[in-house]
Amino acid sequence: MLFAFAFVCLGLAGHVEPVLGNTDGVTSIFRPLSQPAQEIKETSLLVLAICGSIFAVVAGLLVYAIVRFRHRAGDELSEPPQVYGSNQIELAWTILPLLIVFVLILVTSRTIADIQNRKPPPTAVQATVIGHQWWWEIRYPELGIVTANELHVPASDGRESRPTFLKLQSADVAHSFWVPLLAGKTDLIPNRENLMWIEPTKPGTYPGNCAEYCGTQHARMLIRVVVHPPDEFERWAREQQQSASLETNAPEGRKVFFANSCVNCHTIAGTSAQGKFGPDLTHLMSRQTLAAGAATNTTDNLRLWVRDPQKIKVGCLMPNMQLTDEEVDQVVAYLQTLK
Amino acid sequence: MAIQEIALTTSRAPGISLVDRLHGLVVTVDHKKLGLMYIGTALVFLVVAGLMAVAIRLQLAVPNNTLLEPEVFNRFFTMHGTAMVFLVGMPIIAGLGNYLVPLMIGTRDMAFPRLNAFGYWMFVFGALLLYFSYLGAPGLNGHGSAPDVGWFAYAPLTGRAFSRGHSTDYWILSLLLTSVGSTVSAINVIVTALTMRCRGLTLMRMPLFVWMMLVTNFMILLALPSLSAAQLMLLVDRYLGGHFFDTQSGGSAVLWQHFFWIFGHPEVYILIIPGFACMSEIVPVFSRKPIFGYPIMVGATTMIAIISFGVWAHHMFAVGMTSVGNTFFAISTMLVGVPTGIKIFNWLGTMYGGKIRLEVPMIFCLGFLFQFLIAGLTGVMLAVVPFNWQLTDSYFVVAHFHYVLIGGLLYALFAGFYYWYPKAFGRLLNRKLGLCHFWLFTIGFHLTFDTMHFSGLLGMPRRIFTYDPGRGWETLNLIGSVGAIFQAVGVLFLAINILRSLRHGQRAGNDPWDAWTLEWATTSPPPVYNFETAPVVRSRRPLWDVKHPEDPDWKYEESEN
Repeated sequence: MLFAFAFVCLGLAGHVEPVLGNTDGVTSIFRPLSQPAQEIKETSLLVLAICGSIFAVVAGLLVYAIVRFRHRAGDELSEPPQVYGSNQIELAWTILPLLIVFVLILVTSRTIADIQNRKPPPTAVQATVIGHQWWWEIRYPELGIVTANELHVPASDGRESRPTFLKLQSADVAHSFWVPLLAGKTDLIPNRENLMWIEPTKPGTYPGNCAEYCGTQHARMLIRVVVHPPDEFERWAREQQQSASLETNAPEGRKVFFANSCVNCHTIAGTSAQGKFGPDLTHLMSRQTLAAGAATNTTDNLRLWVRDPQKIKVGCLMPNMQLTDEEVDQVVAYLQTLK
Repeated sequence: MAIQEIALTTSRAPGISLVDRLHGLVVTVDHKKLGLMYIGTALVFLVVAGLMAVAIRLQLAVPNNTLLEPEVFNRFFTMHGTAMVFLVGMPIIAGLGNYLVPLMIGTRDMAFPRLNAFGYWMFVFGALLLYFSYLGAPGLNGHGSAPDVGWFAYAPLTGRAFSRGHSTDYWILSLLLTSVGSTVSAINVIVTALTMRCRGLTLMRMPLFVWMMLVTNFMILLALPSLSAAQLMLLVDRYLGGHFFDTQSGGSAVLWQHFFWIFGHPEVYILIIPGFACMSEIVPVFSRKPIFGYPIMVGATTMIAIISFGVWAHHMFAVGMTSVGNTFFAISTMLVGVPTGIKIFNWLGTMYGGKIRLEVPMIFCLGFLFQFLIAGLTGVMLAVVPFNWQLTDSYFVVAHFHYVLIGGLLYALFAGFYYWYPKAFGRLLNRKLGLCHFWLFTIGFHLTFDTMHFSGLLGMPRRIFTYDPGRGWETLNLIGSVGAIFQAVGVLFLAINILRSLRHGQRAGNDPWDAWTLEWATTSPPPVYNFETAPVVRSRRPLWDVKHPEDPDWKYEESEN
């Protein structure tokens, strides 16, 4: 009963924050900051209200029946009147649910069509998200940008609508893209292309997860969507379009990097490192996290990661390269030049 | 009474050695022994898979916990899910059907007693094979262990490129074996119910329990081949160079999902309908009224069975179906709620105007009613496709189906245990221990699964071995883990009760609940031959007719026709 009460309250208020205290970072689907999550929330609240009312009525009847018709002293002397059923009543409680189902179907199909059938406007940003065990490859074919684990998009403001349309693919197994504050889930399935879109209005960083079980490190396959004001997004895109400079102030680290098999998996644009298996490192230092959100992008974490990725993310597909301490420091110094 | 006393003394006689007794179990073809063996074995796996769930909850109690390695965690949730469905749910249902269907229709055994034993042993060996994977799956290369691909084993994670060693092979082969067991057991129940009813027991006089078992076993026959076929195709992919699900060679990952859920969704109803079956026997007896709307209940069960074969893709709303496809499956899914609702209303109608005796079986039934109501309503929410896009594969779904399978099915089964235990063993389960079991388990259940709805709404995906703090999940998960302990202790009380009451329980007599169906007409426990003389039935409640000759049911039922 407490549960039901809480549930109804949740539905009406559309918030769970009051019971949770600090609300920073809470990714409630009832506090969306983007289409289509906003429209989903509105549909959901209606559904919650309907289901809450049904619960209140039926549970109320159950409680009434249990209390009113509970066994009392002396009841064992006789049996209650034997009632076998009533076709009228059966008909009533068949038709009433059918009517409710009809309403729900109208609401549902309309929201489905609104969300699924939207066509990209000419201003839309196009991005491709490719799921890998256990990280996200993100490409902007029109902008010529390749990055990983952080999807950068412009915010739409009142003047201009700039949604981002995502093509979702997978390089290995099934994954699912879920950033609760922005949209529902869409799966990334190998040998198939799915579409979804988001249109956030408020700049900020929005966390999300892979939501389809994809193997050992499913839990550590986190995604971040960074929403920029429109002009800031243009600046970010221009920076990402730069190739890495061939001049570097960490030549030893560069040498270690290119002498090892790092280059087989990683790309650094403008160099001979053109591996496709792992994340693109051209602008590694512009990202907030390492290893798809397994650690924040700090010097210490980067050193730990380069020394032995399995310590941070056991089972991940990057092996321990068996570098010496000196080589680790050199590689880290080189990676830190990739801004 | 006399017969029962003799039976009890002989079973305890020193002349029968343990070896002889075990030998008796191995060679038996008696439906009652097999029924109890099914249930006993399933309870063992309930404890094993339940302890795995407790370990899962301990790992998730605090963020960034390191109690379980990621691989260990992934194996645990895979084995937990697979075992609970195939090694607990299915055999308990087969066991209840085996034990009760012949008694309820007034016959001496199942139609195919030897096939019955065969089915049981296939199940046992399949179950052992699944758990043997811990030792056997590493194979020569040492890559595998227990299956870690989730109980629905989505392609292409199960392909050899991603699942090395033999974990997935054990998952396939063990389930194929248990599926053989389930199939022959289903055939047996269907044939028994259709051909071996005693004189006068027409289809429309059959106890609802038997009706629902009949429907559920038909569903098993129709649904399981889809799983078995998909599993064989997966074996072909893995060892014979097939490419059904091998996406790197043009296979389809979505095809597996279709095959799996064409089995998987009816499976949910296969599991819950026997819960309805227990409810439909117990609620009337403890309300002292016949079931409200018997023909409607039969019709609603059949409708659920039919519609449930057309709802499978509601597990796949995020997979990128067209808007038309999504709408179709939303409609069919919501429609299945209508006959399900009718059932809840009919149980309510049965209680209404009755004299509700709050014995332990009935208390579990009341728990079922409230919890299954919530489970149904969260199911409606999940059918609303846009809402589903947010909720699917989150903890909200975990909460929803545990509400169905624990809050619904398991509560109905617990009710059934307390209700039929005296029939099977001649002694009642202890009421005080039963109440402790109920309250501990109910508190634990709500602590664990109510909170999961909220962590799902806050964006927590399922099947993650750990999580970072800061997204509002910590408190909810901690409460959920505490609840798991409560549930475990609750089940411990049930175990103590079952073992203790074997010797010390209050003697039950033939008919401790003043009930109306044929199983209560014979002794407790029933003799090998069930009934000395074949019963003759004139109505849906034969024992009511005997106890109330002044107002028998057959008068009413004949006036209806």
